[in-house]
Amino acid sequence: MTVILNEGDAAGTTGAASGSPVDAAPEPEKAMTRGRLVLIRFMRNKLALVGLVVIIGMYLMAFVGPLLSKWTYDQQDYAAFLEPPYADHIFGTDKIGTDMFALTMRGLQKSLIIGLLVALISTTIAAVVGAAAGYFLGVADKALMWVVDLLLVLPSFLIIAILSPWFRGKSWWLLVIMLAAFQWMITARIVRGMTLTLKEREFVKAAKFMGQPARKIIAKHIVPNMASLLIIDATINVGSAVLAETGLSFFGFGVQSPDVSLGTMIGLYAESATTFPWLFLFPAGFLVVFVLAVNWVGDGLRDALDPTSTRVRRKEKKTKEKAAA
Amino acid sequence: MAGFLLRRLVNYVVLALVATFLAFTLASATFDPIGVLQQRNPPPPAASIEAKKRDLHLDQPIPQRFVTWMSGVVQGDFGRTVADRPITDELGRRIGVSLRLFLLGITFGIVFGVLLGVVSAIRQYKFSDYFATLFSFILLSMPVLVLGPLLKLGAQGLNDAIGSNVLIFVGEATPGFQGNWFESLVDRLQHLILPTLAIALGQIAFYSRYQRSSMLDVLGSDFLRTAQAKGLTRRKALFKHGLRTALIPMATLFAFGFGLLVVGGTFTEKIFTWYGMGDWLVVGIGSQDANITATVTLFVAVCVLFSGWLADVLYAALDPRIRVN
Repeated sequence: MTVILNEGDAAGTTGAASGSPVDAAPEPEKAMTRGRLVLIRFMRNKLALVGLVVIIGMYLMAFVGPLLSKWTYDQQDYAAFLEPPYADHIFGTDKIGTDMFALTMRGLQKSLIIGLLVALISTTIAAVVGAAAGYFLGVADKALMWVVDLLLVLPSFLIIAILSPWFRGKSWWLLVIMLAAFQWMITARIVRGMTLTLKEREFVKAAKFMGQPARKIIAKHIVPNMASLLIIDATINVGSAVLAETGLSFFGFGVQSPDVSLGTMIGLYAESATTFPWLFLFPAGFLVVFVLAVNWVGDGLRDALDPTSTRVRRKEKKTKEKAAA
Repeated sequence: MAGFLLRRLVNYVVLALVATFLAFTLASATFDPIGVLQQRNPPPPAASIEAKKRDLHLDQPIPQRFVTWMSGVVQGDFGRTVADRPITDELGRRIGVSLRLFLLGITFGIVFGVLLGVVSAIRQYKFSDYFATLFSFILLSMPVLVLGPLLKLGAQGLNDAIGSNVLIFVGEATPGFQGNWFESLVDRLQHLILPTLAIALGQIAFYSRYQRSSMLDVLGSDFLRTAQAKGLTRRKALFKHGLRTALIPMATLFAFGFGLLVVGGTFTEKIFTWYGMGDWLVVGIGSQDANITATVTLFVAVCVLFSGWLADVLYAALDPRIRVN
């Protein structure tokens, strides 16, 4: 909880300058900071709050849950083959007697770690590349635009699937890198667009004329002013990274055994959905609930961070809302 | 206008070529069909491995292989698989299977997505709006690999309740089906309903979110008030002036949506055991076959680009400003 909200605070203190110059003026008495305002707006949004609790709960469950269970994922219970959920195995067992709770938690761990890492890496790349492309323009900019266009035609799913024989049998870190390598482009394009307008702002020009090198201007003036966008994007990216990972793992193009992820489990048990539904329903349920929670939090953050947000002034007829993608 | 559309078409053809070239290169560089052959037990004699290498043109550099393959494609010959079967023989049937699914899925997706979006925008913050929002939120968080098996599960429940196999979820037609054209049509429909739903539901959710926000923007505009002030009924004003304007930003989304559809189609085909292009991609990567992979990529690229071009046509049809320039 604190992680995201603290980031929001950070965005508030630095990002206020971009919102409107009036807000940034130092106020005599203890006025409400933007960070607090964002926090209050976020807390008011019930769905987002529920989403946040669910996400934290899932991360906790994935890592603490296996410690509390008396079964481990590599144990087999020879007294219970393909048993539906009951007291001893709360998620049931598969055909060799593996406890599905232990296995699901293990899959959840991997999916959640991959999602988090991919989101952090890809949003960082997007911020750096997008800002640099927008600031310097020229060849790098052309290349970025073109790559984004190309990615529309050649879905990243296809590229990673084609490359999968190459990283088969290697560490799952390679998959993280591959997923991150193909997820940053569209955000980078948005960042580029914002950089183009920020570049013309007085504070950036002032920094430039004071002799700040471009590298510092991007790091200190341009990227912090897009903090709102980047936080929202990183959140949504966790969800899309988990979806991308499960999609690839479903076909065996992603996480490889002995590692287990929600995707590999769904791929393995999708066939059994009609005969032994619990094998499929638990990993699938965790996946859907997690992505749903991420989307709600992303939406809540967008409403809280965006000054023209709809929920705060819902009485107004004219609304500007971005759809959750 | 013809010039505009022609320019876009040329741009798309170049993109498709580049995408196919990239996929072919990546596949040729990572795939190792000879390795698969060598792992056979007993190992094939060295002479036949050499012959296979020559057959697959593995002795040539990759760009030259691409040129060889592409010059065949231009003449309608897509090369041979690793197992030495002509790709062209299978291509037509597989395209038919996939396109049937895609076209139905996208038609339902767009029509119902746009309708749902419009209805929830007009009835903003009413019960139906909240319901539609929740519906699309859940569906957007639910990848096809979860939705598909869930639909199967639901269909099984329904079949059991009715007491006969109304919805069939394996394959695209009953093998060896005997009957007149009407019975055959019914049989195909029974197979078609679930996969089409699996694809269309996600599309409906995707389009309805965007349509809702673009319709909301239009609802607050002055021209809509003017249209009603000059005597049009609200319904007429909404559909003749409002919807048309609100559809303009949607046109560019259709290309995006199609990319989503193609990837979703791969999962749908796998889950419902249809032997279409998506299934072929999985087979191609599984057997490390560069020709199959490149063929599927070309198909995907052509589909995405055709829908992109169609979006341009739609854009020009909806927005008179494009036609003038």
